[in-house]
Amino acid sequence: MRRDDDISGSLDWTTILLFMALVILGWLNIFAAIYDETANQTIWDLSLSSGRQLMFIAASAVIVLAIIIIDMRFYETFAYVFYGLILVVLFMVPLIGKEVGGNKAWIGIGSFGVQPSEFAKFITALAVAKFIGSVGFRMDNLRNQAILFALIGVPILLIQLQKDTGTALVFTSFVLVFYREGMSPFILIVGICAAFIFILTLLVPNQLFLHGAILVVLFILIYFGKKKLKRILILTIGALLISGVIESVDYAVNKVLKKHQRDRVMVLIDPDIDPLGVGWNVTQSKIAIGSGGFLGKGFLKGTQTKFDFVPKQSTDFIFCTIGEEFGWIGSLVVVALFVALMLRVVFLAERQKSRFARSYGYSVACILFFHFAINIGMTIGLFPVIGIPLPFFSYGGSSLWGFTILLFILLKLDAHRGEVLQRI
Amino acid sequence: MNEGRREILQLVFVLVGIVFLIKLFFIQVLDNKYAELADSNAILRQVEYPFRGLISDRNGKLIVYNTPEYDVTVIQKDVKNFDSTRFCEVFQISREELRKRFLEMKARKEYSPVKPTLFIDQLSNEDFAKVQDRLDEFPGFYIEARTTRAYSTKALANALGYVSEISKDKLDSDEEKIYRQGDYIGQSGIESFYEEQLRGKRGVRFKLRNVKGVEKGSFKNGAYDTLSVPGQDLIASIDLDLQQYGEMLMRGKAGSIAAIEPSSGEVLALVSGPSYDPTLLTGKNYSSNFRLISNDSMKPLFNRPLMAQYRPGSIFKIAQAMSALQEGVITPETRFRCDKSLIGCHAGHDNQDLRGAIANSCNPYFFNVLRKMLNKNISSSPFEDTRIGLKEWNKHIHSFGFGKNLGIDLPNEKDGLIPTPEYYDRAYNNRPWKFSNIYSIAIGEGENLVVPIQMANFAATIANRGYYYVPHLIKSVGKNGKPLPQYLERHYTTIDSSYFKVAVDAMQQVVDAGTGQYRAHLADVVVCGKTGTVQNDPLPDHSVFIAFAPRDNPKIAIAVYVEDAGQGARAAASIASLMIEKYLYGKTKRQFIEDYVLAGKFLDKAR
Repeated sequence: MRRDDDISGSLDWTTILLFMALVILGWLNIFAAIYDETANQTIWDLSLSSGRQLMFIAASAVIVLAIIIIDMRFYETFAYVFYGLILVVLFMVPLIGKEVGGNKAWIGIGSFGVQPSEFAKFITALAVAKFIGSVGFRMDNLRNQAILFALIGVPILLIQLQKDTGTALVFTSFVLVFYREGMSPFILIVGICAAFIFILTLLVPNQLFLHGAILVVLFILIYFGKKKLKRILILTIGALLISGVIESVDYAVNKVLKKHQRDRVMVLIDPDIDPLGVGWNVTQSKIAIGSGGFLGKGFLKGTQTKFDFVPKQSTDFIFCTIGEEFGWIGSLVVVALFVALMLRVVFLAERQKSRFARSYGYSVACILFFHFAINIGMTIGLFPVIGIPLPFFSYGGSSLWGFTILLFILLKLDAHRGEVLQRI
Repeated sequence: MNEGRREILQLVFVLVGIVFLIKLFFIQVLDNKYAELADSNAILRQVEYPFRGLISDRNGKLIVYNTPEYDVTVIQKDVKNFDSTRFCEVFQISREELRKRFLEMKARKEYSPVKPTLFIDQLSNEDFAKVQDRLDEFPGFYIEARTTRAYSTKALANALGYVSEISKDKLDSDEEKIYRQGDYIGQSGIESFYEEQLRGKRGVRFKLRNVKGVEKGSFKNGAYDTLSVPGQDLIASIDLDLQQYGEMLMRGKAGSIAAIEPSSGEVLALVSGPSYDPTLLTGKNYSSNFRLISNDSMKPLFNRPLMAQYRPGSIFKIAQAMSALQEGVITPETRFRCDKSLIGCHAGHDNQDLRGAIANSCNPYFFNVLRKMLNKNISSSPFEDTRIGLKEWNKHIHSFGFGKNLGIDLPNEKDGLIPTPEYYDRAYNNRPWKFSNIYSIAIGEGENLVVPIQMANFAATIANRGYYYVPHLIKSVGKNGKPLPQYLERHYTTIDSSYFKVAVDAMQQVVDAGTGQYRAHLADVVVCGKTGTVQNDPLPDHSVFIAFAPRDNPKIAIAVYVEDAGQGARAAASIASLMIEKYLYGKTKRQFIEDYVLAGKFLDKAR
């Protein structure tokens, strides 16, 4: 028999406090983002985003309670069922969904829009964790690896069909989890190299220089290394592969990507390339953050982040408000809170006894990390503009609930870790 | 085996956080450029609208240009000590209207008290002059200049099209994000077809302002400004004099004139009657005028030369003749008796050869020609035989540009219709059909439909003895440019060039001695033409004429279609010959023909 009497004592309150701090800061900033000094508004007003966000927060409190009450084994047991269901829903979205901001990622329930892809994140995390935790799973087994990549690949595909590239990319963060669970770092390294070459191809106007550089490196490696036929062969094939990647990147950027997507990448390299279009977003975002200075202009005193100087002010570009009104110090606090939360989640993950719970914990950390890195990186011009929310901060019910569920399932599993008798 | 991986991930998390903080430190603390830029009290971002490209005619006469107009915008945050009584006085609006404008503005979705919002749009030059000096009494109100279209002539309205504010739907489907709300976009005609070339690129200026909102020059000497790029000018192939003359001739009539330079496919005149005044669709009264024009029962927005589909009538006999010669079923010397028991005809001829049959527009002759083409006894079944013949016939007729829109540089060009075996299968519900069911297509009646521009193109094809360039209205994109590449390509018919001599001979005979002689003949130049009188029960027949001139080295090919105006030899032939005369000599000498056309009494019995 399990003892359920007092679970609150075994919940990890450090995480909960971090969570609450982020949610409340987010709420205040959403109000700041839409605040109109002439309009005599209050933060509670339900016709404003801030009022609605408060409703969403209240609803997530209910969700938290439900997660804690439900038996911990429920999540692992039904992981695949949920996974199957969400795939069906994701498949249906482009057919029955409504279009919001160029993405067809929403389905309407009454007057209410829900974005199923936000919930696909924690469900996929459960499915991945269950598979990794299953008996007989070995990361070095190629078949197992293939299944893992299929588990994240199918949602990526379905979400990409909704033209929501940002959310689809989030699922690549699971590769970090696989890495932690023993996958060879090779795939990770190849991925990072590919990204590096991609940027390099964009930066260097003539690919001939790159091919030349590869040739030089190849000769140096052959000349100074062991002159074994096999080694030379592998090096040559490698060099040819890289050259091929460069050519295909060039092709992809110029032919496959749509103009607005290409602009988003190119703008990183030269923000002035399109000062009225994509460049405008990034420039305005940087102006807003940059004008905050060291201490910021003060709560509700921002001038740049009001209304639509910066687009998507209360959702994807919410970090601008923090930067402008609370300055570098405020940014420091928010960045520190996020890093602390991620480190805490890793700590929780590591103290789990089951492989299921541990890899789920890492999934939580990596998803949070991906959102954190891409979202803030985009507002300060370090990443292309990819529309994904800042966890707990950005306005929106689906996003907030998705992250709340993601985090609190881990806390529930953690609270019961003592009852699990499983080897790792 | 996974030693240290936890630490690596932790390290990555921390490192990214540190990188962010360093970058943030750079832009927030070390670089004060952003703080300056953000000082919205001092810096005003002003959008500079590009000049839309101008359109001139083939002789360099300006047709469409830009004229300034002014929008009054307001930044709610900057409005101080607003004196509404004075404002109403200066801008000459009632208090009620002022209140309404404020309410409307705030209800708009893109409204923001810190950004310039449109308050009064499209002040004319005169209105602007009145308020310009008083504007400093109203802090928070600004003037934004932009341009609107202006026209040097009332002619060519339908071909030019008009420009108006971009619609919500268009804006949503604009994937490349070129347009913003409130932008103007070409809505029809040349303005729409050449939108990409005409629109240019927006620029932006950052201007310094003091606390009172008075401009104090540009910010950092314009280092952050981008200049607007004006749109490309277009040179139309239209001859404006000819166009205006054509519109005058068409006044009070429904129909169209299309004139083409055969050697290039350049459209010299494209008249749609009735038309409208293009200036009505610019500026402040656009919406009310648009409603008025589009509800007009005469449909002035219906661009007849491209959109009206008519039966071609007798002019189609020339295409029949050419196809039959190519198929080898007749020779120019072949004669048929004018047997009115086959199909009705008019008096005055009998047993003609091909030239005579065209010149006298003999219906039984072409009944026989088509029968020979469709029934070559390839198959023993008359149904199957007709089907085979019709397919061959389709091939030739299509090669003249009939049955499918030509691809002129204007939107909404219609296809017309050339019946194919599949078409008849549908029309007869898959019951069998043969020559005796479909023979009325022999004389351009029956199911055939063509649009006037196709007829003009047909005239140009005969003038060229067998090929055409797709008709187009823009001969140069940019000052010394070329037309779009698709208009530089020759399209050959399936007919051997040598056969066209017969057609040309016959068309000369039409004008010199046949149905068209009285009104189409010109003293100093050989005009080749063909009349058509298209049945239109119960209303009067449509009057049709196609022509080109001079016979050798033709300069102009033309098609005229006048609805409900009786014989082709009257209204259409008169108008066509006047147009040819006007184009070749710059003026017309035959006042009596002009008077006859302007009077418009084509159905009267007396000549």
